[in-house]
Amino acid sequence: MITHVAFWILAIGAALTGAAVFIVNSMARASYALAVSFICVGLQVLLLQQNYVGVVTILMMVMEMAVMAVYMVMFMGMNPALMPMSMVHDKRHALAVSIGVFLLLAAGALLTPWPARRGTPPADVTAALGEELMEPKMLVMAAVGVVMAATIVAGVVLAAHRTRYDRFGDDLRRRPARDPQPGGVGR
Amino acid sequence: MILQTVLLVAAALFSVGLYGALSQQVVVMVMMGLELMLNGLILAAAGFWWFLSPDPSGQVLLLVIIAAMTVEMAMGFAVATALHRVRRADMTDMAADLSR
Repeated sequence: MITHVAFWILAIGAALTGAAVFIVNSMARASYALAVSFICVGLQVLLLQQNYVGVVTILMMVMEMAVMAVYMVMFMGMNPALMPMSMVHDKRHALAVSIGVFLLLAAGALLTPWPARRGTPPADVTAALGEELMEPKMLVMAAVGVVMAATIVAGVVLAAHRTRYDRFGDDLRRRPARDPQPGGVGR
Repeated sequence: MILQTVLLVAAALFSVGLYGALSQQVVVMVMMGLELMLNGLILAAAGFWWFLSPDPSGQVLLLVIIAAMTVEMAMGFAVATALHRVRRADMTDMAADLSR
């Protein structure tokens, strides 16, 4: 009974704060509303007995939203906590499409004859996930690791202010390098 | 709490995120919409796992979704930073080159 009540409170919280992201009039509030929505979903995942995934979702998303708030202060050129804003385009079509998608998904969820549950959850779900990742699903873990590493490199390359092409020219042959502050080893 | 209710909540989150991704002009807000869509996806995947097949391998799919979210966010921030640096642009309408 408590689980059901908690689920519904979290469900309503997740949906309302999710909607609030696009209703509140400042981006800082929007990012914190999204963080609350993620926390609600993370707690719901915990209710579904997936402790590791639920905790990871909460921790990761809270940090991500904190980064997002800092990012907005850096780049949006205004005080995002105070400045009211409404920057949308084609609101009516977007609303129609999203309501249509919701009705379609809801009809699918309610009308599909879902099969009965197969199997029972392992006694220690987190340990079972760890064993799964380190044994039969090692390839998934390896692939995700490579993708993460590539993301770090690509992110730094994109976000870096100056790259080696700025320093050494398009053919990388300019010597000495064009640096704003001369000096350093070999210059 | 049954599978249908979990999927309904997930559908609501996905649809709200879709609205944001389609309607918002600021790049960061579009990313928030995408995040909300993936949020719904996490809940739906967790519900499928618990109510249909609570096999350990199903949780691996959830981890992949979370990894996809991380990559989306990191690359989104990097692209938005590059865009801001090169053009002083923070709106999607100011970076519509590929739509022509």
